[in-house]
Amino acid sequence: MTERDELNKNLAQMLKGGVIMDVTDPEEARIAEESGAVAVMALERVPADIRKEGGVSRASDPAMIKEIIKAVSIPVMAKVRIGHFVEAQVLEALGVDYIDESEVLTPADEDNHIDKSEFKVPFVCGATNLGEALRRIGEGAGMIRTKGEAGTGNVVEAVRHMRTVNAQIRRLTTMDSGELMAAAKEMRAPFDLVKYVAEHGKLPVVNFAAGGVATPADAALMMQLGCDGVFVGSGVFKSGNPEKRAKAIVKATAQYDDPTVIAEVSENIGEAMVGINIDTLPQEEKLAHRGW
Amino acid sequence: MIKIGVLSLQGGVAEHLKLLEEIPGVTPLAVKKKEEFEGLDGLILPGGESTTIGKLLNIFELKEIIIKKANSGFPIWGTCAGMILLAKDIEEQEDSHLNLMDITVKRNAYGNQLDSFKTTEVIPKISDKKVPLTFIRAPFITNVGSEVETLLQLEGKIVAAEQDNLLVTSFHPELDQDLTVHQYFITKASKQNLELAN
Repeated sequence: MTERDELNKNLAQMLKGGVIMDVTDPEEARIAEESGAVAVMALERVPADIRKEGGVSRASDPAMIKEIIKAVSIPVMAKVRIGHFVEAQVLEALGVDYIDESEVLTPADEDNHIDKSEFKVPFVCGATNLGEALRRIGEGAGMIRTKGEAGTGNVVEAVRHMRTVNAQIRRLTTMDSGELMAAAKEMRAPFDLVKYVAEHGKLPVVNFAAGGVATPADAALMMQLGCDGVFVGSGVFKSGNPEKRAKAIVKATAQYDDPTVIAEVSENIGEAMVGINIDTLPQEEKLAHRGW
Repeated sequence: MIKIGVLSLQGGVAEHLKLLEEIPGVTPLAVKKKEEFEGLDGLILPGGESTTIGKLLNIFELKEIIIKKANSGFPIWGTCAGMILLAKDIEEQEDSHLNLMDITVKRNAYGNQLDSFKTTEVIPKISDKKVPLTFIRAPFITNVGSEVETLLQLEGKIVAAEQDNLLVTSFHPELDQDLTVHQYFITKASKQNLELAN
């Protein structure tokens, strides 16, 4: 691991226990910061709107990202399309703190993800299972998140992805060293990273929850399942009272193991986003299938 | 046994706990409820986002107990965001958080993540060997009061300082495997507690 990789992994460690919120303008970014977000994700449309409006979804206007960087003192992340390394070069030039190579945007390359080791700026990537997480880390990601199913307000897929990763990690720790190469082959994951996970019982980078988190209890659920922190996309600014809900999710994430606090913060925070049932969603509209 | 709490509302908590566990005679505890602060011999405010941790200190009403303890000589060490929480003045901000240490700090003083860096340096009061220093979107100190002792300057910027029972570092000793600064804080906490007991 290079010194730059180490520093980038370290920044993600400092975000642990925190909530990262999707914002589409400087005003939302200020509300997020004021509510206690540890970072904001700058994007033009939240996933719920991307779903509704359709069309090709790309990296955001640099002017908008620059305004958001100016508006807040917390780290600013922004999304690029899977495989679109030039969008990533642009974001690096803008000085964003973290790039999300995201399935929420329309993929630019159906075979290859970005070679993230070519960049100084850190990357976060989504994963549905351990093999996918280790492939992204192998390409240079400094942080992993569940893919979940963004823009649905339905936490079921995030839970599935987190449980899958946890179960696969547990399984690796019970294997003897002679079985690890076969496990790497089966998971299509880099052997050195498979060995690391078998030895340490955890990923070498932090793992956040993302995709469908809409309530304080959703956030606490993901934390109790072992996530290091939470991304909230459409869940905040598509709800009845964004500021109240943002604050409640921040509090529930900090005291995720105290049901009294979660009960208290969940009271009267307005309507949650409406939400979509995953089984009514046509296969081709599922974002988690993008990337591999 | 000496009990050291690590404020565990947000940030790099596990990293501090892990290093503390390696020091003989130390019981590390993650603390985030008022009652958990009782019986502690020292407290670490970890790195993370100072705005987030500051808000959570207010929400969960933990400020008062930390300030009260600090004023009675209780040892506190702030790393990075923890340093911002302890400062009396924060540049370009009207309010400070715990308002305990007579320093002015500049947040994200080195710039964004691309300006994060690692180096090694001797901190004379702490050790005569070089210790690794990791700076992540780090603050530095731009002004110190007369009661404050500067422990380390890096290219003219103050990055470690001490005022009686309070210790602050811009960098993150918990992100490296070196125990030197943690050991120093434990010795400081043991001494201070001995003095308080007498």
